[in-house]
Amino acid sequence: MNLESLYQEIILDHYKHPRGQGLLDSPLGSAHHVNPTCGDELTVQVGVGSAGGLVVGYEGQGCSISQASASVMSELVSGHSVQDAETFRLAFIEMMHAKGTGEPDEEVLGDAVAFAGVAKFPARIKCALLGWMALQDAEIQSGLLTNQSEEHSP
Amino acid sequence: MSLDVVRIKKDFPLLSRTVRDGKELVYLDSGATSQKPYQVLDAERAFYETSYAAVHRGAHALAEEATIHYEDARSAIAGFIGAAPSNIVFTKNATEALNLCAYAFSNATSLSRQGAGSRSIDPRFILKPSDSIVISEMEHHANLVPWQELCAKTGATLRWFSLDDEGRLDLSNMDTLIDSTTKVVSIVHQSNILGTVNPVRAIMDRAHEVGAVGIVDGCQSVPHMPVDIASVGADLLMWSGHKMLGPTGIGCLYGTSEILDAMPPFLTGGSMIEMVSIETSTFAPAPQKFEAGTPMVAQAVGLAAGVRYLEEIGMDEVAEHEAALTDHTLSVLTAIPGVRIIGPSTTFERGSTISFVVDGLHPHDVGQVLDNLGVAVRVGHHCAWPTCRRFGVPATTRISPYIYNDESDIDRAAAGIIAAQEFFGVAP
Repeated sequence: MNLESLYQEIILDHYKHPRGQGLLDSPLGSAHHVNPTCGDELTVQVGVGSAGGLVVGYEGQGCSISQASASVMSELVSGHSVQDAETFRLAFIEMMHAKGTGEPDEEVLGDAVAFAGVAKFPARIKCALLGWMALQDAEIQSGLLTNQSEEHSP
Repeated sequence: MSLDVVRIKKDFPLLSRTVRDGKELVYLDSGATSQKPYQVLDAERAFYETSYAAVHRGAHALAEEATIHYEDARSAIAGFIGAAPSNIVFTKNATEALNLCAYAFSNATSLSRQGAGSRSIDPRFILKPSDSIVISEMEHHANLVPWQELCAKTGATLRWFSLDDEGRLDLSNMDTLIDSTTKVVSIVHQSNILGTVNPVRAIMDRAHEVGAVGIVDGCQSVPHMPVDIASVGADLLMWSGHKMLGPTGIGCLYGTSEILDAMPPFLTGGSMIEMVSIETSTFAPAPQKFEAGTPMVAQAVGLAAGVRYLEEIGMDEVAEHEAALTDHTLSVLTAIPGVRIIGPSTTFERGSTISFVVDGLHPHDVGQVLDNLGVAVRVGHHCAWPTCRRFGVPATTRISPYIYNDESDIDRAAAGIIAAQEFFGVAP
């Protein structure tokens, strides 16, 4: 096991140059999530853009994995429908639970496949999921998503 | 250094294993929990193999033997801090011991509201909304949350000593902070995140001046330095077994006879009673009053073996060894550009637990790189979130050595920090 399998170039790049960072002017929903074991905090906000797609804002402090994951998440879901965002989110969660086995679908996950290696580090899975869990919560707060698709988190 | 670390290390089977693809393990997370020597493992196993039975009941030979082992363990553990056996209560862990203390107050308060019948409730444990509880900004959550809950239940006010930039208590307002309204003063002896050793004697003396109950959290002091309960001056002091070579599942609470007698019980049920009728019960004297249910017998036996192991080395020698390691750790860490110590920068009144942050790196990532090199450290808020907030950091990386660590272990951690800076490209 080497560090590069965890810290893929894409992850380091998103960590150093986060995309879409910042909060929204008038969010429809907002969720503040913490990782109580390490103190990482993340606020994710959602709204709907003029073209009808999701607008995502986020702000927080945390490790490279949690920050890069939030950045990749915002890039991936922005402009998409809530249904598409759910597809991405569920695929990401499935990848995190795969213990590093199986081939994540790059067609669906894009840059987020870089996090496949995180699944081999149980202590870091929560870091990678932080942004996605906050996204779901923000969508529920906004009324864009109903609670029925609640996933069991690890 | 006077300790023969090479020989000591041989007593700890786990320390000979490798991690992360064959890397030699460097274990620097003893502030969280210590590793166990053969002597502890063997004592527990031998007890189960030869003398195991329920204690304090039954008239058979094994029950007698098991009871002797259990009470001998209590004597050994009590002696370790200069206490009498009847002043030591076994709990599940130090957190439970602190809750036992906090619940003495909430139970006494509830009982007094109900009109306690024939029971006499010591007024020191009855809290009113005008009362106060004093802690500090460097407490572990175990010495914070139970008091927050107690305040929520009774209306009492939580107060705290604040910290200076070196991570020491600001004692300038001690006489106003601890005043006639104060019913409890509960302070950590040695901080689990900053390493600061607090002047607990002076604080306990002030607590007693105003008639408050004085509590000291000894989790990070009892395993690492000679602690003589008489010189601490606390009414109650707790620590955990697993941080001082003992098994998990056992903590210790010291209480003065007078205080233990006055405190209402926490958990109730079997083993802690004197007389029971269908309507009501009376309770056994301490320590049994606080040991409801089948106790942690094998764990006590194991912890006593840990105590004997430490006594054989000598706690003065342990403290001296750790002071030398602290000095070394502080100098190698401060020599790395971009590393900042969170806590006292000198060995004065400070233990070997050392927290730090690295510019541009999150502690989780520092810990991950160290782990990849076989170095086990703790990252996070160390159950001392308010302390992290005080220093404006979300978390720290923490090195906490023990008797089985030497300077080469610290040097490997330091090399790992530099490797982390290089890996993430943040070396100044």
